[in-house]
Amino acid sequence: MSDVIRKNAWVAGLVALLAVLLVVTKLIQPTFGVSGLESIARAALPFAFATAGMAVVVIVGGIDLSVASMMAVCAVAAAVLMERMAGVPALLIVLALGLVMGFLNGALIVLTRVPDIVVTLAMLFVWEGVALLILETPGGAASDWLEQSIRGSFLVPGIPNALVVTIICVAVVWLPIRRSKLGLSIYATGSDELAAFRSGVAIGPTKILAYSLCGVLCAFGGLSLAALTGIGEPVPGPYLLASVAAVVLGGVVLGGGRGSLLGPLIAVYILRIIRTILTLLAFDPNVTTIIEGVIMVGVVMLGTAAMMRGAQQ
Amino acid sequence: MSLASADSMMVRVGRYLKDNPVVPLLLFLFLLIALLEIMRPGIVTPYRASRDGIVSMFWVGNLIKFAIPLAMLAACQVLTMLTAGIDLSAGIVATVAAFVCATLSSIWGVAPATIIALLTGLLVGLVNGFGVGIVRVHPLIMTLGTGLITTGCLQVYQRLVINAGSEIPAFLAWLGTGRTLGLPNGLFLFMPFAVFILWLMRFTGFGRLLFALGSNEKATKLSGVRAWQVYLALYALSGLIAALAGLLYLGMIRQTSLSLANPLLLPSVAAAVIGGTSIFGGRGSFAGAVVGALIIRVLDTMLTLMQMPEGARTALFGAIILAVTAIYVRLTDTR
Repeated sequence: MSDVIRKNAWVAGLVALLAVLLVVTKLIQPTFGVSGLESIARAALPFAFATAGMAVVVIVGGIDLSVASMMAVCAVAAAVLMERMAGVPALLIVLALGLVMGFLNGALIVLTRVPDIVVTLAMLFVWEGVALLILETPGGAASDWLEQSIRGSFLVPGIPNALVVTIICVAVVWLPIRRSKLGLSIYATGSDELAAFRSGVAIGPTKILAYSLCGVLCAFGGLSLAALTGIGEPVPGPYLLASVAAVVLGGVVLGGGRGSLLGPLIAVYILRIIRTILTLLAFDPNVTTIIEGVIMVGVVMLGTAAMMRGAQQ
Repeated sequence: MSLASADSMMVRVGRYLKDNPVVPLLLFLFLLIALLEIMRPGIVTPYRASRDGIVSMFWVGNLIKFAIPLAMLAACQVLTMLTAGIDLSAGIVATVAAFVCATLSSIWGVAPATIIALLTGLLVGLVNGFGVGIVRVHPLIMTLGTGLITTGCLQVYQRLVINAGSEIPAFLAWLGTGRTLGLPNGLFLFMPFAVFILWLMRFTGFGRLLFALGSNEKATKLSGVRAWQVYLALYALSGLIAALAGLLYLGMIRQTSLSLANPLLLPSVAAAVIGGTSIFGGRGSFAGAVVGALIIRVLDTMLTLMQMPEGARTALFGAIILAVTAIYVRLTDTR
């Protein structure tokens, strides 16, 4: 029992923090209720998918700086396709597009042997350019049903649809893999590449798979962007730093091998609720950005300091 | 037999390139310039377009002029990459320095404004150094975070001084846009700066500490080096350099904006990487980064000449960075 608690201490702490923040929100704004939760869950959608994708590649021992650009490509592709054809095939094409982009990222890292950070930095340019090629100015239109699917809370009463959609999409992509041999390979590659190789793990394919998963999750992120705004926006949003911060706050160690997807997802909602609280307290939005940044950096600092102390003992 | 000799030849070439990354880079630069000349005859050599001159000083001056701020920001990346770090706040620091200088010049005069602008860079650098050196946060995260905070501060500051107007100090405009003997005046700032950085990296204890920390941090600490002091000084210096680059860029563009130098950040990382600096620390050269900055500017001109849509240009730019780095890694067999 104590072992279970120790293993999940970080996630449990995050859940407690989330609960405290929800109570604080309720105290500040007594009318805060289902609709407030719904708007938080909706705003957190793209952040949640970017963070989930980032978490997968961080666990395999890499980092993907191109998440925001891939999301922009998927958002414009979705908006352009849905204007011209039926929604479901368009949706599938966008998901396939995400898979291909992630696959390319991973394949280039494995084939060129250039560090992840450099490859994905270069690919950040490439995908940003591709997004601009697809759609030069914001435009296109997302399907109505896509926009409706993340509104309200009719799927499960009381719980916002956006949250349900996030959980289902991430679970469908991640759980089957986490439970299989591939998931084990991902964790093994992340914790010690050489040891994993000597134990017979195919390092290259594992990495490529992890980056492909990240691409698919970014495609979901892009779809959610299109659904939120109703159009396609070719300029990447501020999802890179936010996703890295949420991944670290969520207990995934940079360098790989440790952590889960649950922690980072909870961390996303924590960061979003902090923003809501600051807005409710009538802070200037720019000051909110500063405070948010300070909190993110502070959290990462505390996490790192705690880790260092743990390593010294 | 022939295979073996070819192999040893490859190894020898690889070793040579590893020791002298500037030589192949210069060759590549001239290759690109030749390609540019073929694409648009007369752009580099006016006599072929029946104008005067063998080499267009105007073109060369322009190339150097726009490469200078990029090379200065690349210095931030080279120095921090030597210790396996990176400074992603450099672009924003440069923007803030430029904005602070331009707005304060009209209120308090040029000299105090310039000093305060440089101090803001130093301040952000110190915060970075504190996070990286003392709290031991990963440099990528730390500098991304301070970059975000600084952006927020800049927006708040902008609303405070919105009525003050702005003024570009005359000496910055002279440095940024003036020319002496066909070459940009920015060189008056850049030459001493480059000599200083090269001297710092090669002939001082501080430079050796950077290389040592990047090669093996543990061994360096065991030999009695107080790593946190080095990191603090390194990131403070990087912030100061970024602020200086921002001031020069302000004189060049002669406009203030809230995202003035931000687009230079990723090219500056690219310039450092193309210049042979390892992102894993312990290996790098500023001379290589300067050539890297020139290469990026020539590529930029080339893509503009091809009249590519903005998107294709950005994408191709990324692909070229990746290709150059991949070839380099293959040749020198290093990571």
